[in-house]
Amino acid sequence: MSGEGTAAPGTAAVWQALAAIPDPEIPVVSIVDLGIVRDVEWQDGVPTVTVTPTYSGCPATEVIMADIGRALTAAGFAAHRVAIRLAPAWTTDWIAAPARARLSEFGIAPPGARAGASAQLIAVTGLRRRRAVEPVPCPRCGGARTSELSHFGSTPCKAQYRCDDCLEPFDYFKPH
Amino acid sequence: MPSSTSDVNRDRQRFDYVLRLADSDLVLAQRLGEWVGHGPALEEDIALTNVGLDLIGQARLWFAYAGELEARFAGAGRSEDALAFLRDSGEFRNLLLVEQPNGNYADTMARQLYFDTWHRLLLAELTGSTDARIAEIAAKAGKEVTYHAERSASWVIRLGDGSDESHDKMQAAIDDLWMYTGELFVPDATELVLAQEGIACDASTLLPAWREAIGAILTEATLSVPDATWMQQGGKRGVHTEHLGHLLATMQWLQRAYPGAQW
Repeated sequence: MSGEGTAAPGTAAVWQALAAIPDPEIPVVSIVDLGIVRDVEWQDGVPTVTVTPTYSGCPATEVIMADIGRALTAAGFAAHRVAIRLAPAWTTDWIAAPARARLSEFGIAPPGARAGASAQLIAVTGLRRRRAVEPVPCPRCGGARTSELSHFGSTPCKAQYRCDDCLEPFDYFKPH
Repeated sequence: MPSSTSDVNRDRQRFDYVLRLADSDLVLAQRLGEWVGHGPALEEDIALTNVGLDLIGQARLWFAYAGELEARFAGAGRSEDALAFLRDSGEFRNLLLVEQPNGNYADTMARQLYFDTWHRLLLAELTGSTDARIAEIAAKAGKEVTYHAERSASWVIRLGDGSDESHDKMQAAIDDLWMYTGELFVPDATELVLAQEGIACDASTLLPAWREAIGAILTEATLSVPDATWMQQGGKRGVHTEHLGHLLATMQWLQRAYPGAQW
């Protein structure tokens, strides 16, 4: 985490407070696990938390901003700033390995490796086929035979899948 | 801080350009929202409105930037809400394509295919903009739009290469909306000046890649590419089809009837 280079006595405490904030939609992971918190820096004795939102229209973003304010105030940092950074854009590659395991235990298949920036230039029909063959193992039984039911699941960041072995439906956290 | 006349002009042109991007996102999102409770299946209801949600998020990023640019040349910039809810149809700069009614599912998917394919190519170009803010919003939005483009392509293929009825409805939708695709590739003076400086993208440069992608998708869908050449234009000048006024009336009535209302 890049904030550690500019460590002030409270930096660890700020990170600790942020790591205790659950994602509003997927409470088994924190906003730090998801890679939404990018940096903690000090300016004039006040901590500045830099946040990179996930999807542009994600309704959880406003809740997360409010949660950060409350958590920092409760941790003794009533004076603080929250800055939004758009670039580089948020990616599921920032989700840490332990958080991926927790998603899986929660019944959400964790995201596979991101397609990469060059994927945007691939022909649309090619993209369609590539995604269809990408294996998404079932988070419940581990079965490899699964199929996509819907491009979107309970939140914009997930798609809905079904396991063809145990027949249970599940959410897949889309690589983004 | 005093600024030169050319800086002021450039900010005004950038404001116009960013507003076009915002307006197309917002108007299409409003159209997609009309499917709530009317989708052919619950999954599709959710999917269309999630695409709309992405577009509203992107519109907000563009509107926020437009307001900042406006403040530079006009002294005060309008808020996201003021830009969305307090302008009349003649002040909207969206593409005519996105204001067309939802029609049946094939109509909605044809509109989406044409728009998404163009949007994906445009945003990929804008990631290289010399205006850092435009570049970073385009990079973020582009990731979302890649998924939209993939989704609309797969629906057009499924409906085109489906039953006789779905094939015919899909072909009719592709043909009906074709005349609104011309203006996607016609730059105006503002765009050309900004493109010269690497800020915007000359829309005409997107046409070959768009036609190639649309051609490949329609071929796989067993549909034919329309050959009509007469095209409607006007969105960039605020000259719209009759449909936009009705859409805005629905979208804006609450803020017009109860100014500043919040919940």
